[in-house]
Amino acid sequence: MTDVPAHPTTHTVDCDILIIGGGFAGCGAAFEARYWGRDLKIVVAEKAAIERSGAVAQGLSAINCYMGMRWNENQPEDFVRYVRNDLMGLSREDLVYDIARHVDSTVHLFEEWGLPIFTDPKTGRYVREGRWQIMIHGESYKPLIAEATRKSASEIHERIMVTHLLRDAKDPKRIAGAVGVNVRDGSFYVFRARAVIVSAAGASHIFRPRSAGEGAGRTWYPPWASGSAYALLIQAGAEMTQMENRLVVTRFKDGYGPVGAWFLLLKAIATNAAGESYETSRLPELRERVGAYADAKPMPTCLRNHLMLQEILAGRGPILLHTERVLDTPEKESIGWEDFLNMTIGQAVTWASQGIEPKNVPSELILSEPYVMGSHAVCAGAWTSGPGDVAPEEYRWGYNRMTTIAGLFGAGDTVGGSAHKFSSGSYSEGRLAAKAAVAFLRDHPEAPTVAEADVDALREKVYAPAVHWARDGPGITAGTVHPEVLFPDQGLNRLEKIMDEYGGGVSANYSTSRNLLERGLGHLAALRSDLDFLGARDLHQLQRAWELDHRLWTAESVLRHTLFREETRWPGYYYRADFPHVDDERWKCFVNSIYDPASGEWKLFTRPYRPLF
Amino acid sequence: MPTYVRTDKCKGCMECVTICPSDIMHIDAAQGRAYNIEPAMCWECYACVKSCPEAAIEVRGYADFAPLHHSVQPTRTADKIEWKIRMRNGDLKEFVFPIRTTPWDSIRPPQESAPPNEEAVASELLSFEPDYLAVESLPTLPPKAGAP
Repeated sequence: MTDVPAHPTTHTVDCDILIIGGGFAGCGAAFEARYWGRDLKIVVAEKAAIERSGAVAQGLSAINCYMGMRWNENQPEDFVRYVRNDLMGLSREDLVYDIARHVDSTVHLFEEWGLPIFTDPKTGRYVREGRWQIMIHGESYKPLIAEATRKSASEIHERIMVTHLLRDAKDPKRIAGAVGVNVRDGSFYVFRARAVIVSAAGASHIFRPRSAGEGAGRTWYPPWASGSAYALLIQAGAEMTQMENRLVVTRFKDGYGPVGAWFLLLKAIATNAAGESYETSRLPELRERVGAYADAKPMPTCLRNHLMLQEILAGRGPILLHTERVLDTPEKESIGWEDFLNMTIGQAVTWASQGIEPKNVPSELILSEPYVMGSHAVCAGAWTSGPGDVAPEEYRWGYNRMTTIAGLFGAGDTVGGSAHKFSSGSYSEGRLAAKAAVAFLRDHPEAPTVAEADVDALREKVYAPAVHWARDGPGITAGTVHPEVLFPDQGLNRLEKIMDEYGGGVSANYSTSRNLLERGLGHLAALRSDLDFLGARDLHQLQRAWELDHRLWTAESVLRHTLFREETRWPGYYYRADFPHVDDERWKCFVNSIYDPASGEWKLFTRPYRPLF
Repeated sequence: MPTYVRTDKCKGCMECVTICPSDIMHIDAAQGRAYNIEPAMCWECYACVKSCPEAAIEVRGYADFAPLHHSVQPTRTADKIEWKIRMRNGDLKEFVFPIRTTPWDSIRPPQESAPPNEEAVASELLSFEPDYLAVESLPTLPPKAGAP
């Protein structure tokens, strides 16, 4: 029996600012919007419950972006140079600089609110994990931030799967709101907003994960990160950038526990199976492939991945992280376990189940499947306007973090070119977007026009998978095999297989080429047409159906961008085997795209890279 | 299967259904108790485990790579979290970590601070800046500045 209502109720919510996604970026947006817009109606729409939603749902053990300007530890320019190196030259340095100069104030707010930050009793300074990272007892990091959000927003609507953005009926380049479905009671939500901030998630489960059974849940980025950050914007016709810049992370094998604290704080080292360091001996080969980038300090994340992959392919794996050499005191053992218990509990479960005592034996490292996101060591996302005082002219068209659609802002995973934000930077970017959105509202007091016909068409579309199952589902005895119905999990398996085999996933050692990409796009087009036959037995599957739709938009964008960039800019993230080298002469520029919702056509083109200094 | 729910403890209170970020903790209609409807979409984030007032929810590591007979179980209170870990060989480990330095519900909302002036609105400053930057002023660069 389905729980999808036959005649869903429609709720219309009118507001000044709609924030889509209540993770760190969205929470920062709600707080800041309230500070500058005391009388505004600020509404948050969240797919789950903000107390434990987003990428920080289970907590964190470090804040990976903190300058420490008050102790003169780092200046924003230092951070720009670091990100420039790590991204192999390609980031929006105006956006990166903007995050860096504001992020300390965000962290100081968090500390005042009650976040326990490791402090050195002698110096009074935060304990550094690495140059940019500080250590926290972050089990309740998200509930803490959610408390501030609840006190800032006018309304928070939870369990709303936002499916589409609404554009102004009179001006398709102006935002007007969004629609979605409440996956608890099945009602339909129409948000009519004067400004919209998309702070939704990047994407896991675009590429097939290494663990394909129930272990598929243990993706590095959460399984609920379904690419809404990109799908919503692409369909609205917003310009996107760096969608080919997917992320592969080095992690503890299977449990995907993070390695940062081990390398940086505990000073553990990784070796091949014979106990040998391998990075230095592979430098000559690396220089031949990427030129001077091979000698950037610290070595770019993708290149470290690349060297590990080469070592494994040469038969000298597994790669081992020597935890047993550094856990020489009970305090260090506690730090090692807490690192996982605060942010990747599944790794502690993996150790307990496999009987691994990290103080006695080393652990295997592995390269993950690829992810599409914009807040870690990659920066896929929307092309947005930069800060007024530092952005080069061609990166600036009015309001900070506004996309190419008027009144539509981005923050966190949504914003492209702005890498290495992590939790604190994403929150800061939400704050930046919100302040700019309030300024936009002052300049644009008029309410946008929402066409009833558009809303009606979307309402019909949103419930189509449930209607399709109710109408066409009968006729088979039982089970999930039906000639006219595709279930969301079946479609997801197909998407992941296509992306893995044609788009440069783990089974292809992250390698792809023009021929493979073109075939992959063909398979994605067939999957797109099959989505007309999606079936949803209940509201849960209806959510999964729309998550699949969002992942498919994201995946198509990734393949198109990967096809357009004829070089291997980030070896270790992916390889264009037909163009295996870094090619600065042709490709030290951004690959951008615009999907035209009227014609259904994609346009790909380049935008220049402009260094900030 | 990542999370599972003990029949003798679950009262069907819905806390786990409310909190689960992945929408996979649901109530089984026949029993009136919670269960994990989609283990392959469970992140082992423990949001439901921590929220359960009956301590009815536990985790069995992913069958893809985790041998049976282990346990990682927390007890979370207002200011700390206690972890009990049972290794495969029966060894036990216990850890306690703080989670918050202030009382819950003590955060001052932004609208309780003095309203911003027009100069601040027009500037690049965010709320509570430059004070909370703990440096004199917000750094900036002239557009297309030369190398420092």
